[in-house]
Amino acid sequence: MSLFEHLSIAFDSIRANPVRTFLTTLGVLIGVFSVILLVGLGDAVRAYVLETFAGVGSNLLQINAGRQETRGFRPSSGTTKNKLTMRDVEVLERRGFMLDGVSPIVLGSGELRVAELRRNVIVIGVGPRYVDLRNLEMGRGRFIDEDDVDHFRRSVVIGQTIVQELFGDKASPLGQTIYIASTPFRVVGVTKKKGKTFGFDMDDLAFVPATSAQDLFDVETVTHILARAKDRNTVDPAIAEVKDVLADARGGEADFTVFSQDDMMDMVNNIMGTLTFFLGAIASISLLVGGIGIMNIMLVSVKERTREIGVRRAVGARWADILLQFLVEAVVVSLIGGLLGLGLGFVTIRIVAYFQPDLPVALSLSNVAMAIGFSLAVGVLSGVFPALRAADLDPVDALRYE
Amino acid sequence: MSTPVIALSGASRVYEMGAERIEALRGVDLEVASGEFLAIVGPSGSGKSTLMNVIGCLDRPTGGAYAIDGIDVRDLDDDALADLRNKKIGFVFQSFNLLPRQTAIDNVSLPLRYAGVSRRERRRAAEAALARVDLADRMDHRPDQLSGGQKQRVAIARALVTNPSLLLADEPTGALDQKTGNEIIALFERLNADAGVTVLIVTHDREVAQKTKRTITIVDGRIASDEANVEVSA
Ligand SMILES: Nc1ncnc2c1ncn2[C@@H]1O[C@H](COP(=O)(O)OP(=O)(O)O)[C@@H](O)[C@H]1O
Ligand SMILES: [Mg+2]
Repeated sequence: MSLFEHLSIAFDSIRANPVRTFLTTLGVLIGVFSVILLVGLGDAVRAYVLETFAGVGSNLLQINAGRQETRGFRPSSGTTKNKLTMRDVEVLERRGFMLDGVSPIVLGSGELRVAELRRNVIVIGVGPRYVDLRNLEMGRGRFIDEDDVDHFRRSVVIGQTIVQELFGDKASPLGQTIYIASTPFRVVGVTKKKGKTFGFDMDDLAFVPATSAQDLFDVETVTHILARAKDRNTVDPAIAEVKDVLADARGGEADFTVFSQDDMMDMVNNIMGTLTFFLGAIASISLLVGGIGIMNIMLVSVKERTREIGVRRAVGARWADILLQFLVEAVVVSLIGGLLGLGLGFVTIRIVAYFQPDLPVALSLSNVAMAIGFSLAVGVLSGVFPALRAADLDPVDALRYE
Repeated sequence: MSTPVIALSGASRVYEMGAERIEALRGVDLEVASGEFLAIVGPSGSGKSTLMNVIGCLDRPTGGAYAIDGIDVRDLDDDALADLRNKKIGFVFQSFNLLPRQTAIDNVSLPLRYAGVSRRERRRAAEAALARVDLADRMDHRPDQLSGGQKQRVAIARALVTNPSLLLADEPTGALDQKTGNEIIALFERLNADAGVTVLIVTHDREVAQKTKRTITIVDGRIASDEANVEVSA
């Protein structure tokens, strides 16, 4: 008997019990759905993070105050006594031979005002190298320079969002005065539009000289220090050097932490790994439960259809015909579940893509193939035992079954 | 002399149930020629169904020999027996045994599916078989839309559709009222008389047996008598 005939018999049986078939497929449906989300979202988040990192700049190191023994997010400020200062920045600039650029970062926020227009923004105190460390591009004017930092100049570089909000499209903001927390600053440059990285609007920032920022926020310290290794291969030696140089300058005390982008990538991978593990666990359990469900229903079906099996054997069905009849039915049921799961996954991914346009979620052909592969495997594995039971029935016993 | 359809010699069937041995058939010798119309009768538990299962190649004798159309079943494996049932035997059961969700024509086509016959050819043959049992107008009805007599006629059409050498009916009137039962027996008579179909009916009903041409009485696993029925002459 041809496979087509077996398929047609399987569909006859499924049509006879549509509700039961649907309920039977739920496990596989959820399983395949989880697999689709797992792979689809996991890949998307990873791709997104990689892409974002590339935009942030490469081979970056970030030095935070305070020692951190365990890996994780940076400690909240105020937990350490010995903060980082401009002196640490100078030491690194002077003695960091493996480094290709260092910049202090002094984070704060304040109200920007131009005439009667006001806007609360994040203000970042930086050094002149910040612009190339972070791959920023200038739209107009210039970035903060060494002179600005050395002389505590009230210079500010603003992003496109701020330009739009405070100046509109009319006049050029260059040379104009902006009040930051009531202190007048002169606009020396405007950065090119960069968009969001990690959900953070890069065009809604105001950059000022680190020294002026310290004045403005009334602090002696820097929030952290940004540095760049010369290339990919010197990231580790650069970290070692930073540790040596800084510890030396601070009287042998290594009360700071150096992060590389690799560390941050590790962190992202860790989070993704946990997510993957849980989704994977849900997927496996659902597929297992789905398989057991199909097996159960098929066993019930074999019992219910014992007579039918006897009749089929009596009119000429071979052992293999009966085996295939039930095996094909199990596979078809599982495949229906898989395709429904695939459909649901597709819709979900479209919804995610709609609400998170930055995230490159997609249903790739390999995901589709994997979903179909999983449902086929579950169908075969859960169908074999009931099918063998059906095929092994003695025709005479089957015909006498009440 | 042509080959007999059924040739049993010294056939026995022993059921072993643990230590217990049940001898359901104890050395049955029987020859049935093509075109015969006969009945097997006997009390309940005498071995009628067991004999029918052996003759129908659903079961094999544990001793002795059985050949259908000259083919010795002792040499055949499970698949070959299935093919033999498909080609040479048509079964009719007491409880009809139709597939409940399928239409009359699909039920009748079933043996042809296992014979690998094309869909179109199947339909044509099944229509012809249903016409032979006067059910041409009920082809697309499901079993639950048919009366008992109609169901049994669908079952007979299914048995006929492969043009088998032998029609085997186990208590075919057992689930029917007297009048309908008689109609079914009359249908068998007609198929035998008009088309020369070999028909073997297993029954515990002497009256049914009397309508065939030969009655074999089986008692305790042995043939007790084998006689021609003189009444049937018209
Ligand atoms: N599968 C079986 N296992 C054990 N004993 C059986 C089996 N089938 C039939 N028998 C026994 O064989 C004998 C003949 O049974 P059966 O052929 O069904 O008789 P009948 O059809 O004449 O009523 C009975 O004693 C029955 O109990
Ligand atoms: Mg019986």
